[in-house]
Amino acid sequence: MNDTRPNPIRAVLQKPWLWAYLAAGLTFAATSLIAGSGAGSLFYAALTFASFSAIVGIGQMLVITLGPGNIDLSIPATMTLAATLALKFMDTQTALILPGLLVAIGVGIGCGVVNFLLILLLRIPPIIATLSASFLYQSLAIWSNRGLRIKPPEPLADFATGGALGIPNVAVVGIALAICAWLLLERAIAGRWISAIGQNLRAARLSGVPVNAVRFGIYVNSAICAALTGFLLASFSGGANLNMGTEYMLMSIAVVVIGGSSIGGGNSNVPGIWGAALFMFLIVSMLNSYGLGAGIRLILTGLVIVGVVTLASRKGYDA
Amino acid sequence: MTSDRLRLLLPVLSLAVLLGAVFYLQPRAMSYFGLNLLFNLAIPVALATIAQMMIIMVNDIDLSVGTFVSFCACVTATFVHDTPLLGYAILAGAILAYAALGALIQLRGLPAIVVTLGMSFVWGGLAVLILPSPGGASPEWLRTLMTLKTPLVPIAVIAPLVIAFAVHLLIRRSWIGVILQGVGGNERAMERAGWSVVRLRATSYGLAGLFGVLAGMCLVGLTTAADANIALRYTLLSIAGVILGGGEFVGGRISPFGAVIGALTLTLAASFLSFLRLSPDWQIGAQGAILILVLAVRLLFVRKEATA
Repeated sequence: MNDTRPNPIRAVLQKPWLWAYLAAGLTFAATSLIAGSGAGSLFYAALTFASFSAIVGIGQMLVITLGPGNIDLSIPATMTLAATLALKFMDTQTALILPGLLVAIGVGIGCGVVNFLLILLLRIPPIIATLSASFLYQSLAIWSNRGLRIKPPEPLADFATGGALGIPNVAVVGIALAICAWLLLERAIAGRWISAIGQNLRAARLSGVPVNAVRFGIYVNSAICAALTGFLLASFSGGANLNMGTEYMLMSIAVVVIGGSSIGGGNSNVPGIWGAALFMFLIVSMLNSYGLGAGIRLILTGLVIVGVVTLASRKGYDA
Repeated sequence: MTSDRLRLLLPVLSLAVLLGAVFYLQPRAMSYFGLNLLFNLAIPVALATIAQMMIIMVNDIDLSVGTFVSFCACVTATFVHDTPLLGYAILAGAILAYAALGALIQLRGLPAIVVTLGMSFVWGGLAVLILPSPGGASPEWLRTLMTLKTPLVPIAVIAPLVIAFAVHLLIRRSWIGVILQGVGGNERAMERAGWSVVRLRATSYGLAGLFGVLAGMCLVGLTTAADANIALRYTLLSIAGVILGGGEFVGGRISPFGAVIGALTLTLAASFLSFLRLSPDWQIGAQGAILILVLAVRLLFVRKEATA
């Protein structure tokens, strides 16, 4: 306590994202020892799948940072709707890839605006607002999808599955977005506003933070992230299907919490998102390579999440 | 008290309007048999909503209700049917596990959303282990109970109201209920008054587990079989039901009658759509739209309440 000199080792040890990367590293080692199929391909797969979780995670993290009660439950439905409409629009034509991306982002903006209008105008808690809106998006997606599986245009599929220098293209997108989010939070005034709202809404409002404008931006951003992930995931997996977003409900929240952001808001952590996203993929592939069945795998995944949250919680609680 | 009555008025009205619309579209639904069909799955949905209400009462949210009810249904259709003693022991263990989760959440100050989200994987995994493919059978007595031919009004309507009344007595009229609502209202005050909040939260989670188990059992009694994904929709339905019924996310403000009526409304919404001959694609969307609509109307009510 009396030692006031900055201690670089302790400073690193106190970074909340450290644990996510440590856990990811351990599971990586454990998996590549068992799998034997080469650590390189495992790393490549981990980066690919983690980037989908990371992109939705960044959107969800900013929402959660806004404070207690703020959470976006419409992410899976937004992903599905954006992917379905964009792929339908492109209709496997290469020339329409860029407009298709714009369609996906447009759907994201639309969903985000609807979410926020419900929260603002009806003054309903974000959980219920995004939940009931997601029912609508889901119905729209079912209606427009009609059980068809439309393939993405060839070059887009190549982009989503390809990579350069051992780094998958989708991971480049995910890392770029993470850097943007980090710059926004740590280096821009808007980032200070977001944290201020999460720490004390009333104080933030009284000190002149444009609260509603910031919240609007955050909810729209989360929906855009979800739409982009849906677009990339559908291109990666050869088409949109109706339950493609399901697992990202849990994933988006889990990566935020495991990554060291405070679930109570006001404190976010961008590097942790990627660590947690890698960890979440690696833990599943580790259990897979041990040859465990789906049931056991689900149970262990759940227990790991509860365990990590239990271990990580203490400092947040005492503070 | 008047404010509470006002709160209950809205869910009752929305149910009445919806029911009126259904009867208008299909007058033949206005019969014993018709009502039974309309509210066929209302009992398990109502029980699951009560389970969710117990959690919302202490300011938490349970995202694992759906998988937990599925798990209980799987246990009922297999163990309870084949080896009753072991089956009931497993269900009792599940209730204890729920209570332990409540204690853990309080002790370590954990976010309930994340813990229950993680637990939803655990329950889902256990359900898959028990019943990898749909199957099992309903215990005989449960089947008899759920298909009971009650006079005048079908059991699908009576049972939810009886459940609501019983929970009303427990939550609104007994000392333990008042104290549990107090945890939602002001946790610190309860602690200062000498109550163990850990024990109280464990109690409310245990109650949620109990009603989750009952929901799973009733579901099997109705469907006579189970599968691991049988009740996944219940998570969202139950949250929506509680809020529709006038509950609030914070402050321990909940209403058992409101919650059950909210659950009935959502059950009816699905039938309403098929009477409108709308494509089933829009069923989920309609539930969302009805939820938004009721909340919008509630906003007007609350404004009136504030100005009055």
